[in-house]
Amino acid sequence: MAERYSSFAPGGTAWLLQRITAAFLVVVLAFHFFLLHFVNHAAEIEFAGTQARMENVGYFLTMVLFLVAGTFHGVNGVYNALINQGLDGTQKKVVLAVLVIASLALIAQGIYVATTMAGWT
Amino acid sequence: MSQSYNRGLIEDFGRWKEFSAGMWAWIFHKFTGWMLIGYLFTHIAVLSSSLTGPEAYTNTIGGLESLFIVRVLEVGLLAVAVFHILNGLRLLMVDLGVGLEAQDKSFYASLVLTAIITVASVPTFLDGVTL
Repeated sequence: MAERYSSFAPGGTAWLLQRITAAFLVVVLAFHFFLLHFVNHAAEIEFAGTQARMENVGYFLTMVLFLVAGTFHGVNGVYNALINQGLDGTQKKVVLAVLVIASLALIAQGIYVATTMAGWT
Repeated sequence: MSQSYNRGLIEDFGRWKEFSAGMWAWIFHKFTGWMLIGYLFTHIAVLSSSLTGPEAYTNTIGGLESLFIVRVLEVGLLAVAVFHILNGLRLLMVDLGVGLEAQDKSFYASLVLTAIITVASVPTFLDGVTL
């Protein structure tokens, strides 16, 4: 039987968003790792340096978009992995609700932290 | 139209001895994905120390970075992230239908490149820490 071999139903919004966020994350995750481990060593990070970076509106917006894209990509990946394992019915609805709440909480917390780092609170 | 294959149920991990390169890539991608989203939640939790104050933030990160085990875990995180990025690029190519006939070779290339980048980064990650 000919089957399309992919974890996601092709053509759907979630399928497309998973790939758009992937293309964005490839670049920004590499940048993030490079900036905070090779340009600035993680062990030497102090609040003042973090604030200097986060005060830059472009950096702040990139980090917020990074958080939103990463959360969607990761949680959507987990959700689809569970569906592949056979998650269905009421359990599927409950898992989706829990994942959406956890995602929104993570994004809200992350934006609050970034705003504090920038000194805007 | 490219040809598609029925390789059977990949979720049946008991079949692992029969798995082809592409199936291993799928499993590695899933495993590294779970690690990365788990880390993202941990990462935001650690960075939340900045809400207590600048000193709490600096001390939290400095304290963690002084631990050898944290540095080793960071190397592991880099390996996981690099593989997920490289294999992710491979998957984007597969989705676009580019280089399908070489998808197994590009998986091996992802593994080799991940290993090289990880080993090369070890000195940077272990700089200034003692056991």
